Amino acid sequence: MRLHSDVSDQRLFEVCEEFEGPIYQRPPLRSSVKRTSRIRAIYCLQVLERDGRDVLMKTGCQAGTYIRKLCHDIGEALGCGAHMKELRRTRIGPFKEDETTVTLQDVVDAVHFWKENRDESFVRKIVQPMEKSAEHLPRIVVRDSAVDAICHGAQLAAPGVLKVHTDIAQNALVGIFTLKGEIVALGRAQLDTGGTLKVDRGIIATIERVVMEPGVYPKHEKQGD
Amino acid sequence: MKEAKLPYDIRRELLDKSHDATDKRYGYDPWKRPIDEHINKGVINLDKPAGPTSHEVVAWVKKIFGVEKAGHGGTLESHRAFNHVLCDEAIPRSLVFCP
Repeated sequence: MRLHSDVSDQRLFEVCEEFEGPIYQRPPLRSSVKRTSRIRAIYCLQVLERDGRDVLMKTGCQAGTYIRKLCHDIGEALGCGAHMKELRRTRIGPFKEDETTVTLQDVVDAVHFWKENRDESFVRKIVQPMEKSAEHLPRIVVRDSAVDAICHGAQLAAPGVLKVHTDIAQNALVGIFTLKGEIVALGRAQLDTGGTLKVDRGIIATIERVVMEPGVYPKHEKQGD
Repeated sequence: MKEAKLPYDIRRELLDKSHDATDKRYGYDPWKRPIDEHINKGVINLDKPAGPTSHEVVAWVKKIFGVEKAGHGGTLESHRAFNHVLCDEAIPRSLVFCP
């Protein structure tokens, strides 16, 4: 963020701290989202470094927060005005800047080794399984026999559940996984963890988005008597 | 530098409700998929260069791998460099869900 005039460290820290928590934001003109005033959560906002009017900050915020607008509003609160000079996203959900981060050059090299030298290892290193995208979600593990029905859109019922994460609230978004760790679907918990563990019938989760294609696991033959 | 405490950084435990075995004949350990399937069901944590748009970068990745479908998570102005997630094949966008 670039400040439009000089501001004391103390004043800067004071104002930035005020922005932690829920804030109002209206998406800018160029936006794919409906332009109504909405609340975004700023989980944390830290001033890392400062060089005169240039301020390096780190923020953890809700998806859909306009950082440009945040900088503008901080400037307004300070009185002098400010604008966003540079932006780098360092984390989204489970994805951070770590050993899984690769450049386009790495991608080209990995594919080259695979195609030319029959060496899969680099491709496997740079491409994470899609399950990585759901790593941060609370999870419910289901039996093999429940999988195909879910792939066809059936809701998850109690008999299908093998394991459930702690701290799942009612209505939370959950990841539904096989024992092997494959993601089957994204669901919406109808019961919290305690409820899920207790009941032996009823719907545990509705399905929001099926990820696994049908047919990977066989259809469960209902046991006749 | 304190690591930001985000809502989904909560530590959870996986509790057993029931027990069953998994059949080796169906499905795969996500890390042991055959290479074509691994790519089609994969995500890349890409440090995108500043300059090209996300759309262009996705097009390049599709060409490099020879896949038909790929997407990206989140938009950002093209002249920004950032940590960017590319999904091969038709991985639903809601999969990278950030509350």
